[in-house]
Amino acid sequence: MFSLAFMQNAYLAGTFIAIICGTIGVFVIARNLSFLTHTLSEIGFAGAAFGIFMGWTALTGMLIFTVVSSVIVGQMSVKQSRREASISAISALFIGLGILFLSLSNQTSSYATSILFGSVIGIAHADVIRVAVLSGIVILVMLGLYRPLKFDSFDAIGARVSGLWTTGISVIFLVLVAMSVSVAAQIVGSLLIFILLTLPAAAARYFVHTVSKMIGLSIGFALIGVWLGLYLSYVTNLPVSFFIASIECLFYLAALGFQRLRVGS
Amino acid sequence: MTEPLLAVQHLGIAFPNNQVFKDLNFKIEQGDFLTVIGENGVGKTTLIRALLGLVKPSTGQIKYYPNRKAIKIGYVPQFRNLDQEYPLTVEDFVGLNIRGWLPWLTKAEHRQVQTAMAVTNVKKIKQRPLGMASGGEKQRAYLAQAIVQEPQLLILDESTASLDNEMKYELLDLVQNLNQTSNITVFFVTHDLPLAKKYATHYLALRPGQQQFGNMADMSVEQLKEATNV
Repeated sequence: MFSLAFMQNAYLAGTFIAIICGTIGVFVIARNLSFLTHTLSEIGFAGAAFGIFMGWTALTGMLIFTVVSSVIVGQMSVKQSRREASISAISALFIGLGILFLSLSNQTSSYATSILFGSVIGIAHADVIRVAVLSGIVILVMLGLYRPLKFDSFDAIGARVSGLWTTGISVIFLVLVAMSVSVAAQIVGSLLIFILLTLPAAAARYFVHTVSKMIGLSIGFALIGVWLGLYLSYVTNLPVSFFIASIECLFYLAALGFQRLRVGS
Repeated sequence: MTEPLLAVQHLGIAFPNNQVFKDLNFKIEQGDFLTVIGENGVGKTTLIRALLGLVKPSTGQIKYYPNRKAIKIGYVPQFRNLDQEYPLTVEDFVGLNIRGWLPWLTKAEHRQVQTAMAVTNVKKIKQRPLGMASGGEKQRAYLAQAIVQEPQLLILDESTASLDNEMKYELLDLVQNLNQTSNITVFFVTHDLPLAKKYATHYLALRPGQQQFGNMADMSVEQLKEATNV
């Protein structure tokens, strides 16, 4: 299997994406942003359509759409109670725009759907490098911001009253999420990104109880899903997204089962 | 030999359609244990927010000595919606409030966390997820987080409201101990007048448009009640 160049690329890119998603996911879950992440993957699709319509690359369109919309959502949903509705509003607007640009651009929709579901076979060496660079940026920013981000994510009230620069942290984090969704969606599809950004981290928090261990385990869950998913997909010739989604779902269900055994609820 | 920590001078805070304070005056000296009492809605939490710099005074000022930057404030908020599934251990939660840019804690910082947990009596449960701790244990963990940076001023906002009688006194014993041994100044907001009477050295009784400030020794619980009656 590894003698094929495209499988090598798929494994390399998948590994980087699992690392980014596993890391960011811990904070996505802690900040209750699962819904926004889901929305961002749809907005990314709209952005890709916009990019194609404008004659740019799909990635440029995606980056613009996801970054702008996540910052808008971040500003609008300072109040927790308003968050879900404002995310719905923004995603409705952007998805509408996506459909508009797709129809205006006279392109077949196959490219846009490949953004939604990804295409592992199409991963080129340049894609791998792009994802590697992104992982580098994400990891560096996360390391630099680790303590304040951790404080704000796991104890927002405590962080705010201690005078931490919480709005700025929130915006930087949303931009990181948006960047990750955009770049990684090119390769594994935006739906899969959503899965990898939420489920491994959501499962990890039931097994371990410090932020660093959660990040480690969440990366582990993401890696197992990606590696095993790629292998099963190669063997069976069925879509890789299906396998990764199922594996991550199993991890999450196992985590809930573990929690039930331990505390009985 | 007491020295002033902060002085509130002619403080007025107004929100649209709501004047919370008009001319509030009091001062806190280092090592004081001040309790702030008053009915709901008189602005106790607003006063805290003003002390923390989260609300701008409309008139008057809050003066810290020597200045605001030099004073570290630890704060235990009234509400913290950490549910049963809150994942972090007590130890990790306490460590959140350690500032700095290194991703990991240095040896000295690690010691700070251990000390804060020791004086608040949560060391035994440091590996327990905070979501699974009892109400009293949670409050002690919040207290540990608030003091981990070794603040000069510790603000407690109704921290005992959710606790049963025994745990209340346990928590306040810890606070009193901090106040006396580490000379941490305490600003304690409560509804519980007997509790206030037992622990505080000074009181600030708030009523709409009025205030009364003085030594706790001069007041009985009945007089405190009188002072907060609307």
